[in-house]
Amino acid sequence: MMRFIWPFVIFVVLAGFLYVGLHLNPREVPSPLIGKPAPVFNLSQLHDPTKQFSPQEMKGQVWLLNVWASWCVSCRVEHPVLLALSRQNIVPIYGLDYKDKREAGLAWLQEGGNPYVISASDTDGRIGIDYGVYGVPETYVIDKEGVIRYKQIGPVTQLSLHEKILPLIAELKAK
Amino acid sequence: MKNVLILFICLLPGFAYGGQAKDLADDPVLEKRMIGLAENLRCLVCQNESLASSRSELANDLRQEVREQMQKGMSDQEIIDYLVSRYGDYVLFDPPVKSYTLLLWYGPFALLLAGLAGLILQLRKRKNKIPEAHLSNEDVKRAADLLNPSKDL
Repeated sequence: MMRFIWPFVIFVVLAGFLYVGLHLNPREVPSPLIGKPAPVFNLSQLHDPTKQFSPQEMKGQVWLLNVWASWCVSCRVEHPVLLALSRQNIVPIYGLDYKDKREAGLAWLQEGGNPYVISASDTDGRIGIDYGVYGVPETYVIDKEGVIRYKQIGPVTQLSLHEKILPLIAELKAK
Repeated sequence: MKNVLILFICLLPGFAYGGQAKDLADDPVLEKRMIGLAENLRCLVCQNESLASSRSELANDLRQEVREQMQKGMSDQEIIDYLVSRYGDYVLFDPPVKSYTLLLWYGPFALLLAGLAGLILQLRKRKNKIPEAHLSNEDVKRAADLLNPSKDL
């Protein structure tokens, strides 16, 4: 009986590792920017290129920065969620139109609806690099001091919204 | 007339030649340095590829970024730090030794040591299991006789 103990222990440990591995997402790159100030930028606005948008204007508010593009397929998955959220007036959503043509971005918002207070055009993707964007859509929760508190990689879903993002926003707003 | 037209059509693709990508030809030394650095960096989009070999848009942009930083005179280490500060240690194919990578770096050696210790223990245990045989002088003589039957012949 005793001779089977060790193989059994090793099997259980290995099975435990593999089981945990089943629930991990190997494509998820943990962002080093969490807990750091959101990178500063100054970009022209999508709807009015003569005006600029900078995250510094948002000091004192909890807000969402959503990286999107008209060519991005998964953005269309999260779009209804963002639209519904914007109607609830819980948190202002700002957009970063990543590596997109202005006309195409405008056309998509016209067609699908515009959940954003303002969208900034990151035509060459430079600001995206500063934010460590590697897969659009990505959404950042930024607090009153301008610090990134959470990054959602991939579409915002009802689940991630209610389990992570909204509770975090409530907590940050209360501070 | 028709032949001239055919000839003209055949020559048309020649005009379509767009030339080599400019930034590649600009400075071969810098390009080589960039590729050398990018080979040790992971492409974020297709994670089994290096930044040097990936054809994804983001990899293109990042290569361009690396080129520009090299032109500005930044060292390789500074450029790596720049990328790590944005994308994390994930961009490195060679993960640094940190508290949470200790298992990754030293785990195999720990397993090797554990295996050796197990082997040594096992061998010692087995040695104790073999009973020492007690032989009287008579037994020794009998054994010798059995082993050397030629004496009797």
